[in-house]
Amino acid sequence: MATTEPLAQGTGRDVEDVTEDFAEDCAGIAAGEAAGSVPPYRGRPERHPRQRPVPLVLDPDAVELRAPVFGAADVSPLDADLTTGHHGEPLGERITVGGRVLDGRGRPVRGQLVELWQANAAGRYVHRMDRHAAPLDANFTGAGRCLTDDDGRYRFTTIRPGAYPDVTRHNAWRPSHLHFSLFGTAFTQRLVTQMYFPGDPLLPYDSIWTSVRDATARRRLVAAYDPGLNEPGLSLGYRWDVVLDGPAATWAEEGR
Amino acid sequence: MSLPATPAQTIGPFHGTALPFPGGGEAAPVGHPDTITVHGCVRDGDGAPVPEALLEFWQAAPDGSLVGAPGSLRRDGAVFTGFARVVTREDGHYALRTLPPGEAPYLAVCLLAPGLTRHLFTRVYLAFPEHDPLIDALPPARRATLLATPEAGGHRTYRFDIRLRGGAETVFLAFPGRGGRPGPP
Repeated sequence: MATTEPLAQGTGRDVEDVTEDFAEDCAGIAAGEAAGSVPPYRGRPERHPRQRPVPLVLDPDAVELRAPVFGAADVSPLDADLTTGHHGEPLGERITVGGRVLDGRGRPVRGQLVELWQANAAGRYVHRMDRHAAPLDANFTGAGRCLTDDDGRYRFTTIRPGAYPDVTRHNAWRPSHLHFSLFGTAFTQRLVTQMYFPGDPLLPYDSIWTSVRDATARRRLVAAYDPGLNEPGLSLGYRWDVVLDGPAATWAEEGR
Repeated sequence: MSLPATPAQTIGPFHGTALPFPGGGEAAPVGHPDTITVHGCVRDGDGAPVPEALLEFWQAAPDGSLVGAPGSLRRDGAVFTGFARVVTREDGHYALRTLPPGEAPYLAVCLLAPGLTRHLFTRVYLAFPEHDPLIDALPPARRATLLATPEAGGHRTYRFDIRLRGGAETVFLAFPGRGGRPGPP
């Protein structure tokens, strides 16, 4: 069973998180780059808990120290190629995106599920709620899955998504990005995030990107062009490594 | 070696084509006599339902084992895999059919939703164990937010509502990272 840290500061204290976080944002802006001039995306305040999350130190038997298992029954190798499975070829610039999934100690995270979803080359999602007046592509759905290999590597073939208007702000556009969902070896390592492309001029103007307040951390969301990942004559390669956080589970150092 | 973690970002509004999958909430093998239903609503601080929230459940098997099994994304209807994923409807409602977990009597939950900048973790207890450090340390009113309540008349049906903010705010959990990074949000 889990053990808790002293809860005096963890419960019962009603924290105005929005105000507090906004103050942190402002500090980041003062310290920082041009990127800081864009107000960070705050989400919807009424969906953000007021109370601090209760800190839990997990013992080795805790449920959260394990993770769901996915295998060949769940994911076929074809699922990693978003450009196939339709009647024709999708429009747009074909790309290969790959990298390694690691834990905080640099160990590969093996056999774990990586999911990707994205807009098409014109910046439109196959989703009933997406009202952006850009064309849908009959040959592109924009969702894929793969499992990491023994080195923690993943690899997708897809097309570069287009920019699209950020409807929450006047005259703002979201830079090209891929949505990623990852599982690690612990449920607490669960991560949903977004990958961006190097040199994209829209980045400093994107409030979702600047919602990560630390500029160094933010840059970890940007992939690198990697000719080694190109499929010659077919696709441009981008390398993006992901590091999953989670409890320091020393008990798991061997054998996992 | 210590690597800084990749930051999280909002799930965005358009995950619906990628993450939900058929049978995502049907974790119990088909026709299993011990099947329980856990259902409820996700609501925000104003009491408004939160549609398109993604709820993931991870739990021990009835025998207490936590090894999991492949086959959650393409279920064969026979194997219990320990994992489920459901999306809330327009009215914020979700439903999960699963087997009661052995040993640790709770389901671990990860909640993601548009408008929430990072995911949240919590637990659904079907019953409070005699000694549980988390439960024991919480004030009674907060403790109650982690307990699923059996529904009168419902066959093995439990109600578990999640309140993201406000007076009856659900207890969310933080797991200290390697760098002592605070948990969500």
